[in-house]
Amino acid sequence: MTEDMSQYPLRLEGSNIPMVSFKNVRKSYGPLVVLDQLYLDIDAGEMVTIIGPSGSGKTTVLRMLMTLETINGGVIYVDGEPLTHMEKNGILVPADVKHTRRIRSKIGMCFQHFNLFPHLTALQNCMEGPVQVLGISKKEASERSLELLDMVGMIEKKDQLPSRLSGGQQQRVAIARALAMRPKVMLFDEVTSALDPEVISEVTGVIRQLVGAHNLTMLMVTHQMGFAKDISDRVCFFYNGSIEEQGAPSKLFENPERKRTQQFLNAVLEAN
Amino acid sequence: MEWRWDWTWELVPRFIDATGKTLVAAGGGYAIAIVLGLVFVLAQRTPSRILAFVAREFVELIRSTPLLLQVFFVFYVGPQFGVQLSPWTSGMVAIGLHYGAYLSEVYRGGIESVPKGQWEAATAINMSMAKTYYRIIIPQALPPAIAGMGNYLVGIFKDTPMLSVIGVAELMHTANAVGSQSYRYLEPYTMVGIIFLVISLPTAFMISRFEKWVRRKMGM
Repeated sequence: MTEDMSQYPLRLEGSNIPMVSFKNVRKSYGPLVVLDQLYLDIDAGEMVTIIGPSGSGKTTVLRMLMTLETINGGVIYVDGEPLTHMEKNGILVPADVKHTRRIRSKIGMCFQHFNLFPHLTALQNCMEGPVQVLGISKKEASERSLELLDMVGMIEKKDQLPSRLSGGQQQRVAIARALAMRPKVMLFDEVTSALDPEVISEVTGVIRQLVGAHNLTMLMVTHQMGFAKDISDRVCFFYNGSIEEQGAPSKLFENPERKRTQQFLNAVLEAN
Repeated sequence: MEWRWDWTWELVPRFIDATGKTLVAAGGGYAIAIVLGLVFVLAQRTPSRILAFVAREFVELIRSTPLLLQVFFVFYVGPQFGVQLSPWTSGMVAIGLHYGAYLSEVYRGGIESVPKGQWEAATAINMSMAKTYYRIIIPQALPPAIAGMGNYLVGIFKDTPMLSVIGVAELMHTANAVGSQSYRYLEPYTMVGIIFLVISLPTAFMISRFEKWVRRKMGM
């Protein structure tokens, strides 16, 4: 099944273009459709949270945006330019490595299991990208990284290997590592799910700081409903591969319109 | 027949010389194998299906045929295709090819032991594929591969006698030469056995120490 790519603009234009835009995005694994006809725009500086039952495709949204998953239809735009595609002879074709890397440089991601580089210290983890990818000097990368490690409260552990750090500490280093690349968009994929309950606030506290201090666009998948309600500008409830309901957190958490949203929220409340 | 100490001592300088040559042959072959193994494993992992297929079949071919045959091929068949190599070079190339194929499997195991999340984290900081291998994956793939790499180092050392058949003056070649001159084989062959033991055993021990040290150093 080939898609008519001429229906998609080569780039988004206008005065108020979204930072991230999913247009008619489809993802399937063989016959299993994970996401279908996904349309989602995220404005610059907006904090959007995705909630939903497991298997609803919410993590896939983040992974597609980070280019960890290919898409099977539609186009994803970042900062007005296509991420998954590029222009060739006036039409969009699948992006090559060079184009992917250029657009991807605007995106950073933190993972559920931290994925720090185990052979590098906390500081080296943060410096790796700036030095090896951005090509800035070690001195400058080190200054930038130390500043970020300080912000996440990990400056004292800067010379420790990840194996010597607790989960919460590793996740804070991972946030610093991602920020050291100066992304415009940050993705948080269940960053507190692998943590012990008492250290969750270490990590959510850092993310709260980001909301206030940086002009970052953030997209987060989480099971921490209270946290989502506190800090999100908008919450999207995913069900079965599409957005069932979205809106301001006060609206979605207190007055959900859809029955499935109500059921999900009730089930989560019950579990807590 | 009794052991002749006086003659044994007389032979020592020749065997020391041959030991040096054996170590050079093993070391040279190992160096080639280490690099070729990496080439083989990376070729098998490229997006190019043709290259991956050719590399995989080539590794299979080498692993399924005897080293001795490969030594003969490089030394005797090579010249017919215009590749004329000295016995020394032929021997090292053959060993390098043979063990490169085995080492590529060791590397593959090491690379596959690196969690998928490491690749993803490298993508998330926008690393190129080459740097992802060089900076992130290979450093982590190495410690689990050290044991296997060490085994093959000892294996190469023990396989150097095969090079005697194309006239490389390593230990076995020397022992044969001494034996056929004097018709006494007890001392030279025993010495060869002892020399192999004296080198192999500590090497294996050092490798396992080294592996533990690397793992500790890398926080694994």
